[in-house]
Amino acid sequence: MGTVILLALTGLGLAALYFLVASGLSLVFGLADVLNFAHGLFLGVGAYGTWWAAGNLPGAGPDGFGFVLAVAFGVAAGTLVAILVELVLIRPLYSRTIEQVLVTVGLSLAGVALLQATWGADARPFPRPDWTRQVTGILGAQVPNGGLLLIIAAVLVLGAILAFLRWTRYGLVIRAGVENREMVTALGIDVRKAFTLVFAIGGAAAALAGALGGVYFGTVSPGQGSSLLIFAFIVVVIGGMGSVVGSAYAAVVVGLVQQFVNYYGTSGLGDICVVGLLAVVLLLRPQGIAGKVATA
Amino acid sequence: MTNSTLDAPPARVPAELTPQRGRWQRLRPFLPLVALVVLVILPYSTISLPGIFEGPVNSPGTLQLLAICLIFGGLAAGYDLLFGRTGMLSFGHALYFAAGVYGTDVLVTRAGLPLWQAALLTITGGTILAALLGAVALRTVGIAFAMVTLAFAQVGAILVARDFGGLTGGEEGLPLDVSGLPAGLVGVTNTVNLYWLALAYLTLVVFVVHRVSGSPTGRVLAGLRDDERRIGVLGLDPYRYKLVAFTLAGGLASTGGVVYVLIVGGASPHITSSELTLSLLVMVVLGGPGTRWGPVLGGVLYMYLDHRLTAFGTSDAVDNLPAVLSRPLSQPLFVLGTVFILAVYFFPGGLTSLAPRLSHLTRALRPQRTPPG
Repeated sequence: MGTVILLALTGLGLAALYFLVASGLSLVFGLADVLNFAHGLFLGVGAYGTWWAAGNLPGAGPDGFGFVLAVAFGVAAGTLVAILVELVLIRPLYSRTIEQVLVTVGLSLAGVALLQATWGADARPFPRPDWTRQVTGILGAQVPNGGLLLIIAAVLVLGAILAFLRWTRYGLVIRAGVENREMVTALGIDVRKAFTLVFAIGGAAAALAGALGGVYFGTVSPGQGSSLLIFAFIVVVIGGMGSVVGSAYAAVVVGLVQQFVNYYGTSGLGDICVVGLLAVVLLLRPQGIAGKVATA
Repeated sequence: MTNSTLDAPPARVPAELTPQRGRWQRLRPFLPLVALVVLVILPYSTISLPGIFEGPVNSPGTLQLLAICLIFGGLAAGYDLLFGRTGMLSFGHALYFAAGVYGTDVLVTRAGLPLWQAALLTITGGTILAALLGAVALRTVGIAFAMVTLAFAQVGAILVARDFGGLTGGEEGLPLDVSGLPAGLVGVTNTVNLYWLALAYLTLVVFVVHRVSGSPTGRVLAGLRDDERRIGVLGLDPYRYKLVAFTLAGGLASTGGVVYVLIVGGASPHITSSELTLSLLVMVVLGGPGTRWGPVLGGVLYMYLDHRLTAFGTSDAVDNLPAVLSRPLSQPLFVLGTVFILAVYFFPGGLTSLAPRLSHLTRALRPQRTPPG
């Protein structure tokens, strides 16, 4: 029983990580039709920003309030990069979707290479607070605190994004834009501001995933973002593109399947089962579990 | 062709049909043939091109680099059948290439099959794999299709990296067992044969892609790229045509894998990475998607730069620069990624669009003359 609970909670920790990456991807995709390959870069910037701040920023450090400050710095850095990417690279190619995707592809190649050039290709030990290394006993399972932290953060982010989408004016614009961008534009609303906002939100969530993922894995490396990104893509497709709630459901399913199959089957089999799941979902419901029937 | 047609005023004629220089124009259809002949006899030359290649052209190292460039020229041309000609953004093309590489390697090294059997089985298998996965992935369109093909390719990467059944050698890669191979394809002295094999592969892909895109099927594919609904309205099944293109491109990619494994002498897991597919996309866009020679040029140039930039990055000239500059420049992907972003902005048609643009420019700068004769 203990094993099952441990696997479930670590699976949920992984799901939290996927959700943090996928939520931004899904919103950006839903609104702007852009498959953002540079999203892994935002994650890397968040992780390295936190890592750098913990060592160099006055007042920041691996413990207590210092760690919160370090994470805040990492998230701010990721958000800033996301906003810059939107303003400088994506916006000039407004509504030329394929070119926008191509630019993010180039950026993901160049950005990861830049991280690698600056801090080396090898994984660096991540400054994590001592309490995240410890375990908490839950129903007979010894669960690492780093995973629990991720789950709590993801639930908070989900709540915040949903509240923002539901109760603010910009949230309304974004929701409407995901449904039908042409109509929103025709009503005289500047969708481009919503684009920047969605990129900022997505960048912040991805950067948070980078910072907390560093805590979860214990190390930070330039390639971390791109390997997580592929599973985040799968989560977005299974969840139905443009739907944050769908991403949350799909992240939970993917995280749990991966963790359980990897444990009870061979290592790596879980990852393959996830792609199998993707194929099944596509065959039965091409629009994803929470997607609209009209969109593919 | 009479002189009067050549001397027609250029202003009335679309740019691409404008006869620029009469003699050039007449030679143009034969240019690919000339290029092919030059490439075939290239290994007989002993010219050294310092700065461009490390050794003389006929040294094994240079020939191997050239062969790899040619393979990727062919791969990019095959990928363009999907991206440039049909408008399918697949992010999983590396899978079929890797299937060719690992399929041949495993069948020869682990199962001890003769090369021709291994190659035949691998190409058939790779084509069937493309057909099966394409059948599922094509249920989605556009960006979702890109994500799905990426996910499928990721399975290949996982299978190879986790070394299921001890077949692939995991992270170490799998060196090709050369004992059962034909003698002409083994050893440093025979690199020239592998070079010709690579050239033959490139020629095959270019031939197939041009034949397909010139055929009625090719016109349907171009129609799908421009407006898929219109093809559906015409009573044709878009799904079936796209699947044909996807399967064909997959088969061509696995064929390339067979040649690649012979040239490199083994398989390593990095060819399964999503980075390779992204590189293929970069090659095609840099060269010019949907054009006759753009993807080939893009592939050759990209692979050349990728190899040479590594040498350039570790050279003294770069090392002496301040660290802010030298570190990023020592990363080939940083340079290539940046070039790619700039290309998307400033040369949307890729390298092949440069020629007409430059000719517009020179024509604008040149004082108007009355044509001779």
